[in-house]
Amino acid sequence: MIQEEDFEHILAKKYMRTELMPHAFCSGCGIGIVERIILMAFEELGEEEWRRTVFVSGIGCSGWTPLYFRSDVAHTLHGRALPFATAVKLARPELNVIVIMGDGDAMAIGGNHLIHAARRNIGLTTIVVTNMVYSLTGGQVAPTTPEGAVTQTTPYGNIEPNFNLIELMKAAGATYLARWTTYHVMQAKNSVKKAIKHKGFSLVEIISQCPTFMGRYVLNKADPRDILQWFKENSVPIGVASSKSPEELKGKIIVGEFLHKPEVLEYTERIRMLKERIGR
Amino acid sequence: MPGGELRLMTGYDALVEGSIIAGCRFFAGYPITPSTEIAERMSSRLPRVGGVFIQMEDELASIMAVIGASWAGLKSMTATSGPGFSLMQEGLGFAVITETPIVVVNVMRGGPSTGLVTLPSQGDVMQARWGSHGDYSVIALAPWSSQEMFNLAIKAFNLSEIYRNPVIVLSDEVVAHIREPVRIPPVEEIEIVERKRPSVPPTDFIPYLPEPGEWVSPMPAFGDGYNVLVESVMHDEFGHRIGMGQPIAERKIKRIYYKIEKNVDKIAMHEERELGDADIAVVSYGSAARSSLKAIKDARGLGIKVGMLRLITLWPFYDKLMEELSERVRAIVVPEMNMGKIVREVERASKGRCKVISVPKVGGVLHSPDEILSAIKFAAR
Ligand SMILES: Cc1ncc(C[n+]2csc(CCOP(=O)(O)OP(=O)(O)O)c2C)c(N)n1
Ligand code: SF4
Repeated sequence: MIQEEDFEHILAKKYMRTELMPHAFCSGCGIGIVERIILMAFEELGEEEWRRTVFVSGIGCSGWTPLYFRSDVAHTLHGRALPFATAVKLARPELNVIVIMGDGDAMAIGGNHLIHAARRNIGLTTIVVTNMVYSLTGGQVAPTTPEGAVTQTTPYGNIEPNFNLIELMKAAGATYLARWTTYHVMQAKNSVKKAIKHKGFSLVEIISQCPTFMGRYVLNKADPRDILQWFKENSVPIGVASSKSPEELKGKIIVGEFLHKPEVLEYTERIRMLKERIGR
Repeated sequence: MPGGELRLMTGYDALVEGSIIAGCRFFAGYPITPSTEIAERMSSRLPRVGGVFIQMEDELASIMAVIGASWAGLKSMTATSGPGFSLMQEGLGFAVITETPIVVVNVMRGGPSTGLVTLPSQGDVMQARWGSHGDYSVIALAPWSSQEMFNLAIKAFNLSEIYRNPVIVLSDEVVAHIREPVRIPPVEEIEIVERKRPSVPPTDFIPYLPEPGEWVSPMPAFGDGYNVLVESVMHDEFGHRIGMGQPIAERKIKRIYYKIEKNVDKIAMHEERELGDADIAVVSYGSAARSSLKAIKDARGLGIKVGMLRLITLWPFYDKLMEELSERVRAIVVPEMNMGKIVREVERASKGRCKVISVPKVGGVLHSPDEILSAIKFAAR
């Protein structure tokens, strides 16, 4: 058993509920990197920003991400983090509200909420941890599982096409969009920082390794280092991707910052304006 | 709205005004007949009192939003009917385990499924009690008039704050659409309970550990610096998940169950009419009690000694009251606008001490007083 004093990392000591550690994630899980990305972003944003931040998550391994943060945290229901977070932002617009969801949480069961939160351009920072499979429930097909992959519920290979989350969110009305993998720690940290400072609806997708189930069912790689290597080799920055053909990009992960529209009115601003208009 | 006056109001209007007086400052909902008028009036009223109205994308979102707003420090409410209430059940359980005060109004309509879209029913009384999975308890109130829509809206908010639990207002189409005089009392006559906030510094605060002799602990809001964990997974007094910690789980489940059930004599409200010398009692609630009252008057005219016990609090069910009643009377007649639901509770609590007669009514109309009168006559034989 690891003792509390073993958690010497400065970020862990400063921001985490170390009494809850060691955490529940499998060793080599990308969610540890996601936690680090978020905490690094806050380390640079400063203590004031951390103190006015509320984390909301859904259910799934990814939903566990913020439970270790020494902050206000709500671990809600599968797919339902966004409406909860929407209300927190409406009630306290001055708070940073950060929503962390798995890909199934965000795009399958919670897909409707995701579309509408983006449409409203409400000032939530959403982080979607895409591990291409349902992990908490043991490796079933997700809306992001590659076609052909054999999972617990696609024994003959996945026949369903995927969502492209970034394109979906663009169409729905999000105003800050970025995608990285857990290999791109610094880039992801910068995007998370930008997303927190962005006043409208922002979404950062982080493709993350689940050595336990994605490793077994999707990539045939059990070692997290091999998955990270695969992320590195198969990522194409958006600038490079724009000059490539769809065939050349097949199976690749396009990474980068896709959209930044700071000028669009945010939802709680609209509410404030409405109240002014009716004389309140 | 100034107090101390008499106003002609629909049940909906009265409910909204009562809620706003109680301090409701957040409403999230999705339109569904026959509850929509509540959302409509809220959308016009709330922004004028500094509150927030939002029409969410569905009922799953609506109930989650009111729970989120409550943790952000606002008294909050949603309103729905039949199918929407079904969709809210998972969220209702979430409010229960996280001990979040919210008010949920269900203007009941006939089911199953899309069912009787605009017609009244009392079909959801069991769903209000048992609808979400697992073991828990809720408070459910059944108004029978515009005045009570006003009074019970305030009561619902107060009870939800006191017990940190969802409170359900089980209205029906008749009570919601009826237009009646409502007395709005002067503000100083209205009791409004404010949420207990922690008085200790964050380092000493344990969010789910009540003080000795209390059932619930004070509740901080997000942003107050208390670093609370609002946890849907079974958790200990700190909000930390407990894995397979059976004794802690048992402690938590029993506390959230008994905080309501053991306080039934503080929570339960009822009204008696002509019960003093009665040897037959009509037990009724909501709009069915309106027909029952007329039937009792008619029966009295025929010389039958009958009175009415009108349940205002349906849940927690007040066993003791029913026990006492069943010792006093020969028969209890239970008219309700469903196939017979609360009658099961009456039977259970009266333990065979008297006859219990169910008077079901389904299909979307009120009982006629005659239908209830025949049941009373049958009981009197
Ligand atoms: C209403 C409901 N349906 C199903 C589940 C079971 N469940 C828990 S997590 C999960 C999916 C997890 O996948 P994802 O959201 O991608 O997160 P991950 O575990 O992969 O991080 C499911 C189906 C649930 N908790 N609630
Ligand atoms: S199952 Fe996968 S996602 Fe879940 S903790 Fe393990 S490695 Fe991480």
